[in-house]
Amino acid sequence: MKKETLLQMHYMMLKIRRVEERILEIFAQGKIPGFIHVSIGQEAVPVGVCSALRPDDYLSNTHRGHGQALAKGADLKRFMAEIYGRKDGYCQGKAGSMHIACNDLGVIGSNGVVGGGIPISLGTAFASVYKGNDRVTVCFFGDGATNEGTFHESLNLAALWNLPVVFCCENNGWAEFTPQKVHTKLENLSIRAESYGMPGVTVDGNDVLIVKEEAEKLIARARKGEGPSLLECKTHRWFGHFAGDAQKYRSAQEIEEVKSFDPILKFQKLLLEKKHLNPKDIEETEAKIKSEIDEAVAFAEKSPIPGIEGLLENVYT
Amino acid sequence: MKEVRYIRAITEALNEEMARDESVFVIGEDVAYPGGSFSATRGLLEEFGERRVKDTPISEAAIVGLALGAATQGLRPVVEIMFMDFLTVCMDQIVNQVAKTRYMFGGQYQVPLVIRTPCGGGLNAGPQHSQCLESWFAHVPGLKVVMPATPYDVKGLLKASIRDDNPVLFVENKALYGLKGEIPEEDYLVPIGKADVKKPGKDVTVVATSRMVHQSLEAARTLFEEGIEVEVIDLRTISPLDKETIFQSVEKTSRLVVAHEAVKTFGVGAEIAAMVAEEMIDCLDAPILRVGAPFTPVPFNLERFYLPNAEDVVRAVKKALAY
Repeated sequence: MKKETLLQMHYMMLKIRRVEERILEIFAQGKIPGFIHVSIGQEAVPVGVCSALRPDDYLSNTHRGHGQALAKGADLKRFMAEIYGRKDGYCQGKAGSMHIACNDLGVIGSNGVVGGGIPISLGTAFASVYKGNDRVTVCFFGDGATNEGTFHESLNLAALWNLPVVFCCENNGWAEFTPQKVHTKLENLSIRAESYGMPGVTVDGNDVLIVKEEAEKLIARARKGEGPSLLECKTHRWFGHFAGDAQKYRSAQEIEEVKSFDPILKFQKLLLEKKHLNPKDIEETEAKIKSEIDEAVAFAEKSPIPGIEGLLENVYT
Repeated sequence: MKEVRYIRAITEALNEEMARDESVFVIGEDVAYPGGSFSATRGLLEEFGERRVKDTPISEAAIVGLALGAATQGLRPVVEIMFMDFLTVCMDQIVNQVAKTRYMFGGQYQVPLVIRTPCGGGLNAGPQHSQCLESWFAHVPGLKVVMPATPYDVKGLLKASIRDDNPVLFVENKALYGLKGEIPEEDYLVPIGKADVKKPGKDVTVVATSRMVHQSLEAARTLFEEGIEVEVIDLRTISPLDKETIFQSVEKTSRLVVAHEAVKTFGVGAEIAAMVAEEMIDCLDAPILRVGAPFTPVPFNLERFYLPNAEDVVRAVKKALAY
């Protein structure tokens, strides 16, 4: 793999982490309205998958989807303005953290309903087939969503029609406040794929290179018209279900332990070992990201709060 | 002009729009090889092929979600949901996804999506195959709800719905599928959001939907023999509601009856009554009366007691006049 690609992946993982840390800080100051769900600890999954996508491919994101949108190329200023609920946001301040969509990047919309985006991803994939192009759709969802009826209906239909979708289960072990062992009998959710007639793979979702490698295979397969697949990436959610969640349902020990799986430190260590990075490069990357975030936050805070004039706009065309 | 049945008017509309626009496709359970549960899609597969006429598994949420995703990419899906009652199993996709997509994402997407579905009793199909649930969907901003009563309107409105860039819930009535009526030979559209005065009159306004339009026209004929002139307005579109046509009529008659087959409680009639009361109570010479079904599930073999009919409309009109 090219050094530039590796460094770009490192940059993007770090950027997602720092953006979400900043969002938590700003949210705690009361400057951001609504609900925030951060994906800190899970950065290797969107970055690994999106580094295997083309710019014109589609991506269906989740309520915990900041990283997914950013990894697909979302502009940080417009992204941050949307988190702030401002007019210059991707959705003019009508979506917020939970519903970011970027039509120009094929990011078809993060969903506030667990499993709600899975059927919609069939539609962009269907459109590719209908129009005769080779754009692939990646549909992200969590382990909790695999128990929704939409998961079953959609995987069956996608397999039946050989649709170019990669279903990516970002398994962080938690369905909101409920651990996997309480919501599902299985350990590896990817084995469900076989029952639909598609391949399923479980990988270490904290290893960005493994995620990328597997995603590349499955995306290439979909692009060639060989149909859908299910990629389960096992990772860890470091924080609560939402910003402000005290996580009383989780032991302090577990909350500490999961940090040992830090996907960024893991990748960084490798890059340092391979001399692709030195500590000074990391400092520079951190500084670059900090200034990008500062700029985006300033942009968002300067962007107008939507006024009443937009209230009735876009109910219909 | 030519005479066609309501169901064939639907088939004609689908055929013509698919021929006119390559982005239109039809998707649903049993719509391709079987030609539709009520035969609305008969012949489409032979004409347009498997690419554009899609049989699906029994997976309503996946069907509607797929159609939504495809619509955001410029295709114009026409979904068939076999019975209106089955909209319940794809309610999230319709209410939280389809209806919200344009607004929630700040106008980044258009959603030119039609969901066709038959409502109504009269076939002894029982509590889970006979409901009229249009008021649920009319309550959701972002959805248009269309409910035609005649072959002319069903064809013109379906074509207009397919050409509309917004999601349209297109509510057919299975008891009307066999109804014959005249339609033009040439291409025509009926605009969404416009009610139609099916019979002019000066004494009482009856606003009716779907099958109750015909029951109201029958009531008007009966009442005419007694010297009472009823104006029958066919709403045709539930949402957006054509206030203007209703208000003009009530200004003239000062008496209003609303008739629909759905359960009377919390129905479309309640909305119309409230709207008229809010905005033109000074015009009224009598309380607004509603004709609708009783507050029970649709009973299998007691439908004759359940379904509102022309006699109920006659009674309501006389009550309005006697006030």
